Amino acid sequence: MGCNTSSTRIKNSQTSLRAVLIIQNWYRGYKARLKARQQYALTIFQSIEYADEQDQIQLCNFFSFMLENYTHIRKEEIELSQLTESKQDMRDKQDYIHLIDVPDSYQGPRLQFPLTCADIDLLLEAFKGKQILHARYVLEVLFETQKLLKQMPNFTQIQTSPSKEVTVCGDLHGKLDDLFLIFYKNGLPSGSNPYVFNGDFVDRGRNSIEVLMILCVSFLVYPNDLHLNRGNHEDYMMNLRYGFTKEILHKYKVHGKKILQTLEELYTWLPIGTIIDNEILVVHGGISETTDLNLLHRVERNKMKSVLMPPKEINKDCNNDSKPSKVGVTISAHGRIKASGCPSEHLPKHEWEQVVTIFSASNYYEEDSNRGAYVKLCSGANPRFFQYQVTDATCFQPLHQRVSTMENSAIKILRERMISRKTDLIHAFQHQDRRKSGKLPVSQWAFCMESILGLHLPWRSLSSNLATIDENGNIEYMSSFRNIHIEKPIKEANSALVEILYRYRSDLEIIFNAIDTDHSGLISMEEFRTMWKLFSSHYNLHIDDSQVNKIANIMDLNRDGSIDFTEFLKAFYVVHKYEAMIKPEATNLGT
Amino acid sequence: EIAVAEFHKKIKEAFEVFDHESNNTVDVREIGTIIRSLGCCPSEGELHDLIAEIEEEEPTGYIRFEKFLPVMTEILLERRYRPIPEDVLLRAFEVLDTAKHGFLTKDELIKYMTEEGEPFSQEEMEEMLSAAIDPESNSINYKDYISMMVIDEN
Repeated sequence: MGCNTSSTRIKNSQTSLRAVLIIQNWYRGYKARLKARQQYALTIFQSIEYADEQDQIQLCNFFSFMLENYTHIRKEEIELSQLTESKQDMRDKQDYIHLIDVPDSYQGPRLQFPLTCADIDLLLEAFKGKQILHARYVLEVLFETQKLLKQMPNFTQIQTSPSKEVTVCGDLHGKLDDLFLIFYKNGLPSGSNPYVFNGDFVDRGRNSIEVLMILCVSFLVYPNDLHLNRGNHEDYMMNLRYGFTKEILHKYKVHGKKILQTLEELYTWLPIGTIIDNEILVVHGGISETTDLNLLHRVERNKMKSVLMPPKEINKDCNNDSKPSKVGVTISAHGRIKASGCPSEHLPKHEWEQVVTIFSASNYYEEDSNRGAYVKLCSGANPRFFQYQVTDATCFQPLHQRVSTMENSAIKILRERMISRKTDLIHAFQHQDRRKSGKLPVSQWAFCMESILGLHLPWRSLSSNLATIDENGNIEYMSSFRNIHIEKPIKEANSALVEILYRYRSDLEIIFNAIDTDHSGLISMEEFRTMWKLFSSHYNLHIDDSQVNKIANIMDLNRDGSIDFTEFLKAFYVVHKYEAMIKPEATNLGT
Repeated sequence: EIAVAEFHKKIKEAFEVFDHESNNTVDVREIGTIIRSLGCCPSEGELHDLIAEIEEEEPTGYIRFEKFLPVMTEILLERRYRPIPEDVLLRAFEVLDTAKHGFLTKDELIKYMTEEGEPFSQEEMEEMLSAAIDPESNSINYKDYISMMVIDEN
């Protein structure tokens, strides 16, 4: 009897051990699959962002091409306006600002010039309370900031000491919560707590103007201890594409345009970089083999209006290697500090020993995508890195839900990319599908996807999210296009044209804005036709001229020979069948 | 063989996603995730042995793709470390549910997972609890839990 009980007990404990092992094994597998899905989503976001940057290089080339071939008067007007602006500038701005009244009913923060640290506190409190700074103060701050920036050299200098470390922060991209977190963890800027903000303060996030205001006000209070470097998003053209322009026009309906104009010039006066202790170079776009600091010190930095449209000559003997070449090389280590310490053989002029990349916007792509970081430096000591992540405490979801959210977001963006190249994709699929079965083996499908979309992604792992797969593991390639389509605002446009207009809508918006020098929101029919011809030839688009004429005529809604292009482009958006319509404003990545 | 070529591509894809420096290496701590993302379910002990097989002579903390590929290909070809079917998983919970309530209490679950078998770390335990435990009853209805996980994965 005793033996039986003990052997039962042993058998039971063996069974329960096996059960525990099974559950543990299953859970670890499940968790790993979640992590992998999270990483796939991140890879999608990164790939698309990188591809976007390549598109910008193409746009940049197009502008050069356009300016060379565009013989209309506008060209001279553009160059002319860039020259004469500065003279009238100062007087105009001052007058304009003083004409703006701040009404008694205004509940927001009121700044007192000259600014003091009390104003920094005031702003922080106000923005935490979701208030909006009055346009009058915005303009005044920008105006004063620009005056001061003009006096700065291309590279500002900092000296550190054991009691005075400098904190370097990377991209913030309008994420106000991240800035609050940094100040909370690391203290407010002051004479003993200097900061370098290395560009990309704006675009993508929802509070770009608030971030910029805090940084500018802090700069005005501590000009020697708060260093602002220009990033590729401190650029009026990038702002058009990546959300800052929209944010301003939305928050400042009356004075928005004036703010944008002021910003346009302010950006050009931001220093290129900061040099710490004569040893460390802090610059937004990183460096290349041809980086020559000596040249960059001498460059007239304010001539660089935009990354996308570099001037013919910034400086007679400058080889134009600062901003334009950086567009494709913008480094951002998402959440991780990438420190590759190896002496670089191909940079003989300055021996760069180590390159470190700092990125300060947590949850950049999506909730929980990454952490942010900053670094504290002091001569003679090792750099100290600090990481953080903004979490919305009220919705701390379990891991699988967070992964789902991120995954859905990534897949949605990817599908929108697919639909913008639907015609080319279908051609490729059908070319491979000799038997016209509507199905392709995974490897052929993956090959088409990669070559047409130009994205290096784990297609095999993603296939089940993007298309229907049959019992044999083959992909029904048309299924990807079933529940999603581009809204066609104009019946007369054929789908190939609609697809192209959708795909290039961000580029077109930028181009139209560049042509529209008086910021009226309108361009003439003639300008549109000429620009379109150049655009389609440069981008190799096969669009019937008659189609385009039809479109142009339709866009001229009030028959006065001009086109409201913003309205026109807004009309192209993707409809996901089972969801509310996704308008371009909603997606921050500006694909 | 076509199958082998396909496996190679699949393995390469899964590996590259974790190759953050684009130099054909991944952190050894991600190997478990990669292998599992390819549909295999080795135990911690088996994983440990696998890593010993693919590590460098002098461990660097990184695994190179050239060493990973042949080992992983063989695992896929031999269909080793097959995943746990749903019904087996359910029965495992039922075994632990000695009183046959249809649920396990939070304390019971913690005791089993952190003290027996290949014990969970605190992080793993907390993660599992956050999704599995019903805060009101402080217990896990394992049948519902399993169904939820299965739906989420499909």
